[in-house]
Amino acid sequence: MIQYIIRRFLYAIPLLFGVNVLTFVLFFIVNSPDDMARMQLGQKHVTEQAVENWKQQRGYHLPLLWNDQQQGIKKVKETIFYQKSVNLFLFQFGISDSGRNIGADIKQRMWPSLAVALPTLLVGLLVNITVALMMVLFRGSYLEFSSIVLCVILMSISSLFYIIGGQFVIGKLLKLVPISGYDGGLDAIKFLVLPVIISVIAGIGSGARWYRTLFLEEVNKDYVRTARAKGLTETQTLFRHVLQNALIPILTGVVVVLPLLFMGSLILESFFSIPGLGSYTIDAINRQDFAIVRSMVFLGSVLYIFGLLLTDISYTIVDPRVRLS
Amino acid sequence: MKRTSQKTCLLLTLIVSLVLSGCDDLQLNNPYSDSEAGQTVLYSSFTERPKHLDPAISYSANEYALIGQIYEPPFQYHYLKRPYTLEPLTAEKMPDISYFDAEGKQLSDKVDAENIAFTEYLITLQQGIKFQPHPAFAKDKQGNFLFHQLSQQQLDSINSLVDFKVADSREVTAEDYIYQIKRLAHPKIHSPVAELMKQHIVGLTEFSKQIAKKKLVNIASIPISGVEFVNQYQYRIRIKGKYPQFIYWLAMPFFSPMAWEADVFYSQQGLIDKNITLDWYPVGTGPYMLVENNPNRRMVLEKNPEFHPAYYPSEGEEGDRERGLLEDAGEKLPFIDKVVYILEKETIPYWNKFLQGYYDASGIASDSFDQAVQFTGQGGEELTPLMKGKGIQLQTAVATSTFYMGFNMLNPEVGGDSERARKLRRAIAIAMDYEEHIAIFMNGRGVSAQGVLPPGIYGYQTGQAGINPYVYDWGNGQAQRKSIEVAKQLMIEAGYAEGIDNKTGEALILYFDTAASGPDDRARLNWYRKQFEKLGIQLVIRATDYNRFQQKMRSGNAQIFIWGWNADYPDPENFFFLLYGGHGKVKYGGENAANYQNAEFDRLFEQMRNMENGSERLKIIRKMEAIVRYDAPWLFGLHPKNFSLYHSWYQNLKPNLMANNTMKYKRIDALKRVELRKKWNRPVFWPLIVLVIMFGAILIPAINAYRRRAKETMQ
Amino acid sequence: MTILWTDALIFFLVLMMLVLGFYLRGKEHLRRPIGKVTASRVGMMSLVILVFFGMIGLLDSIHFKPANDKSNEIISLLDYWTTSIRQQQEKTYSSPFAAYSYSKENITTDDGRQLWTYPRLKYGGAHLKNPDIKKTHDIMQKAAIGFTKGAGLFAFFFILLLSFFKERKQTILKGTAAKPVWMIIFIIVSGSYMLIDLSGFYHVLGTDKVGEDVFYQAVKSIRTGLVIGSLTTLIMLPLAIIFGIMAGFFRGWVDDVIQYIYTTLNSIPGVLLIAASILMVQVYMANNEDQFTSLVVRADMRLLFLCLILGVTSWTGLCRLLRAETLKLREMEYVQAAQALGVRRRIILMRHILPNVMHIILISVVLDFSSLVLAEAVLSYINIGVDPTTYSWGNMINSARLEMAREPIVWWSLMASFLFMFTLVLAANIFADTVRDAFDPRRADND
Repeated sequence: MIQYIIRRFLYAIPLLFGVNVLTFVLFFIVNSPDDMARMQLGQKHVTEQAVENWKQQRGYHLPLLWNDQQQGIKKVKETIFYQKSVNLFLFQFGISDSGRNIGADIKQRMWPSLAVALPTLLVGLLVNITVALMMVLFRGSYLEFSSIVLCVILMSISSLFYIIGGQFVIGKLLKLVPISGYDGGLDAIKFLVLPVIISVIAGIGSGARWYRTLFLEEVNKDYVRTARAKGLTETQTLFRHVLQNALIPILTGVVVVLPLLFMGSLILESFFSIPGLGSYTIDAINRQDFAIVRSMVFLGSVLYIFGLLLTDISYTIVDPRVRLS
Repeated sequence: MKRTSQKTCLLLTLIVSLVLSGCDDLQLNNPYSDSEAGQTVLYSSFTERPKHLDPAISYSANEYALIGQIYEPPFQYHYLKRPYTLEPLTAEKMPDISYFDAEGKQLSDKVDAENIAFTEYLITLQQGIKFQPHPAFAKDKQGNFLFHQLSQQQLDSINSLVDFKVADSREVTAEDYIYQIKRLAHPKIHSPVAELMKQHIVGLTEFSKQIAKKKLVNIASIPISGVEFVNQYQYRIRIKGKYPQFIYWLAMPFFSPMAWEADVFYSQQGLIDKNITLDWYPVGTGPYMLVENNPNRRMVLEKNPEFHPAYYPSEGEEGDRERGLLEDAGEKLPFIDKVVYILEKETIPYWNKFLQGYYDASGIASDSFDQAVQFTGQGGEELTPLMKGKGIQLQTAVATSTFYMGFNMLNPEVGGDSERARKLRRAIAIAMDYEEHIAIFMNGRGVSAQGVLPPGIYGYQTGQAGINPYVYDWGNGQAQRKSIEVAKQLMIEAGYAEGIDNKTGEALILYFDTAASGPDDRARLNWYRKQFEKLGIQLVIRATDYNRFQQKMRSGNAQIFIWGWNADYPDPENFFFLLYGGHGKVKYGGENAANYQNAEFDRLFEQMRNMENGSERLKIIRKMEAIVRYDAPWLFGLHPKNFSLYHSWYQNLKPNLMANNTMKYKRIDALKRVELRKKWNRPVFWPLIVLVIMFGAILIPAINAYRRRAKETMQ
Repeated sequence: MTILWTDALIFFLVLMMLVLGFYLRGKEHLRRPIGKVTASRVGMMSLVILVFFGMIGLLDSIHFKPANDKSNEIISLLDYWTTSIRQQQEKTYSSPFAAYSYSKENITTDDGRQLWTYPRLKYGGAHLKNPDIKKTHDIMQKAAIGFTKGAGLFAFFFILLLSFFKERKQTILKGTAAKPVWMIIFIIVSGSYMLIDLSGFYHVLGTDKVGEDVFYQAVKSIRTGLVIGSLTTLIMLPLAIIFGIMAGFFRGWVDDVIQYIYTTLNSIPGVLLIAASILMVQVYMANNEDQFTSLVVRADMRLLFLCLILGVTSWTGLCRLLRAETLKLREMEYVQAAQALGVRRRIILMRHILPNVMHIILISVVLDFSSLVLAEAVLSYINIGVDPTTYSWGNMINSARLEMAREPIVWWSLMASFLFMFTLVLAANIFADTVRDAFDPRRADND
């Protein structure tokens, strides 16, 4: 097991290297260091000298990938690519183009993102499973049919409409919650209610349908028929057998996304001005602060790979038949 | 049946409790903690976190809104007086100015500008002004600084400035003002005005070279030849030649005092790694100090306990007394205890919160304009009944900025000094109907420009004499755009009859370069195209991102573009220099984006910029305007008009486009605010209850159906 | 006739679909699932709607420069036919079927007085002398006439069809899904005829901030939605199929390399990848300005690139599915037998593997379609979607969300984009469900 994990970690290194090269190439084709400097220095009275100074200070004066003026190993080391990406592997994100420490910012903004994403995941899971169970329980009735229709309808609505509509009705017309904002500690709850509700509703359509198919697959299996034949009621079979067996795919599905929760939701956070990592990323894109974007790409990749690893491990835990090799 | 009745019971209690609580003064949507309710806290917002709060670097309006309250340069603009006049802020009086020739002999005030080699400003400071309390000043009993060399152990417990338990203050001296000037010159600081100031202040260039390799903390002791420490409360700045506008720079945060202790304190790597830098935690002398800076969420200003005595002005412009602006005359400043800036990126939530009373002031987004403002018969504007009902106040002011459509004068098609190109430019100037532009895209919030200077700047002319005679006629007491026929005639004269190029026989194609990419921009770009179509010209729009656009401007590849300029200080020089040949963008990397070069204009500019305001200067300004109107390197666009809304509890408001430290004059009636907020924010519960009932109604038959089926399977 | 990049690709796609349809026509193992799809009422109804949308999209994909027009504009056939709606531009907002503007203005009356009131629209309801009284009646009348005309048109073609295929009358009329399908065609034909008729006199869905007809915008957006939904799959399919099957079939280092590629791509947050690529296109266009002199061409390039990059980010899912399936198929007896007999690998792949993973490809294509259409809106919000000058529902929502703060609220732009997008996505989702039910072997067993 431990050997396996170590191997997976080693496997992650070329992956992350690939990610780094790709993002690096993408962003530096687009934006030369000169552009970055001008972007950050503003519009009024910018001189060539100021641009040079800026690049020098931020380490963007070096060649991109290969330094001909240096000797030996320094040919690789004294380049923007080396200097900027090696530190990423040590999780030292450096300073952003606008001059703030990215690591400190990420640490700070991680929590609001989690505060939205985690309740959304949990409540969403609960609601989706409940709805799916209901659909299975009432299968064949008008209720199931209308729920499926409702699910398809919910799925066909763009998430933007949920956000705009939710803010308009609950925040503006009914005045039940603050329209947007965030606060630390327990005060955050009143700000989180609306985003969480909205993202749960937006997720019901696809979520409930997915769980329904999972349950239906189980319901048609032989052991369920046996259980029913033994005289268990519909509810009992459903909760005791079906739910329990369907939990494996549900759990593993959840585990994959767990690490990615840190990354936050891009749109939701901007709309509700929640200072999480999602809005951090969007801001960085809009301001073309690529030091931040690079860091976020790297972080996202790491978390994704970590999620894959977690899934594998959780498989072995819930299902002893699976062996990691 | 029993279970259903239980459920109904539960439901009923729920409804009753909700309805009951609804009758209370419940404010479920209050985004602030209840403890702040009765305090005089001003709530404002920022859409993008400020990039810099270091007064040597910061150079944009949103940053000045903050540091204007924290840092104090020696002079300031009078809050109420118009035209804008300077008055001492931390200085005792206005500076003593003396002129010298090249030999160092003092000259009289009346002497011509050409003979003046140097000007000296002697600034006398008020005594007893102190810095805000700050850990950088904290000393132990032996007189050693407590926090200038933090150990790792100390650093571990520190995450923001609040975590320092000890803070101290000290008196400001002339040394601190000089130190700030030195900081401007340091290459590491990247001050945006460094290059500009090097052109003016004697010895700054040499100083900058001398200290280039030195650390910031070590430069305090190295002298600059042009900046002299006289005594603790006096210092002297020597500038090259005569440059009367220099006094305006002395009223900008660039010249506010900076304590060397602050730089030493903030240069510790351990603090930098935690984003605790001078760029984020200012150390000033002003009425407020930044106590919380979380650019990801909010920034909080609180009263500076060490603030020097300052009083509300007792005189103002005519009519200020009637408007109630002088009621607080002589009262001690500041009035508001605390200012909270909250991150708010979207305009909709901001506007809605403003209407709910959770923000005290708001601009008007173009989408909510109709909701807020209506025009009266004679082009005046007033609030809609909805706004009036809430007691909201409206203030308008024409900004001291200009937006223009520039022609790249280096471009062979539209640029150059030929009669053909000039006529083409003028024809376009007539065709571009900026009045319509203002009406459609800005809800009438702007005035079309007649020349380089915006209203409120010395030399701006109203009435018939002030119109641009090549584009406008005077009629019915107002400027009227010439008819499109005049423009078409100009096109024929230029050799582009009906937009067909005489030489090639093909339609004239012009290129418009822009960095615009917002959702509203499509309509705007379409509109531009339509204006050009009136003359038969095809306008091709080359939209790109901001960096690319800038690059094009620098390399002179742009043809037609739209750009704006916001006044640094209220002097015509600050606008005419945008057309000065020596500031050409392509050749010199300056701000003359149109790359306009006209020998006569340049000569007049050089003459005008060193003059004091007066009839002679006015004459030159008129001449310069006439030249630019004739050559038309710019198509004068518009001057935006700012509309701001304020709630009734917000007082002492007068738009001041130059001053950035006006927070201290403003006043808030917190009790009235609490009242009104309660009134406006009663939560509505019944739809929720209806929803619950509906859900129950759906569930009941389903449960019944299920029961029936369960029974069937049992049997 | 001007052919834009996306136009060419769309027609290529249509051609491919026709070829594929022709190729699959006689295949025995597909007859049952196809029969199942055609028998599904909702499925067929949504297919009709999809085809209708598709036809509008195709009309909007034939671009040309009008001969008699001096302006350098490239327009599509759809633009040409809707010239009147396109050019009937008001000054600013007006609500659906309005005769008056939505915001007050200063008007000088005939006797020289200044009035602050709602002005009459230039085009909307301009034919009415007294709109306050006559408007409702006029709208009803025009709607009824339009509907009848449309119904007449439908009846004409219906009878024509019947008389041509007399002997196959039974299948046309009696199939399980025949009635609802004819019903929905009837509604679409008469309904759109009615809307077109009304659009000549009113702004059926109001006008936006600069007075442009919202109905026209929403219709124009159809093409953008379809292009993003379909071209992306066109780009991702070859990648996914080739890599997926190769990885599963060859295993070994090929598998390792392909897995490495898709895990790398997958682990980069999609939005960031898209942002970088969109910036790249802009740089490319800025550097090669001569090739992009027209707004339409620029916008088209960006759209194409968006499809490209969406394709690159979304092929990995299908690739993984195909790899797993191929791994399974590879161990099947007939494949093993073919290998043992020395049949060339290429032939095995083409003959045995590809046809047997076809259902997975088909299902994932229809499933992806709707999510891509939805994604476009979100991307436009972050400013990395289609060009802001392109008509798209995303852009409409993006500019309309500010209108929600107005009082009185401007709801029609948002509502129009919602309705159109919802109809398309709903139809696509339902159709996808039908296809999945029909083609998924596991589901087939269950029934």
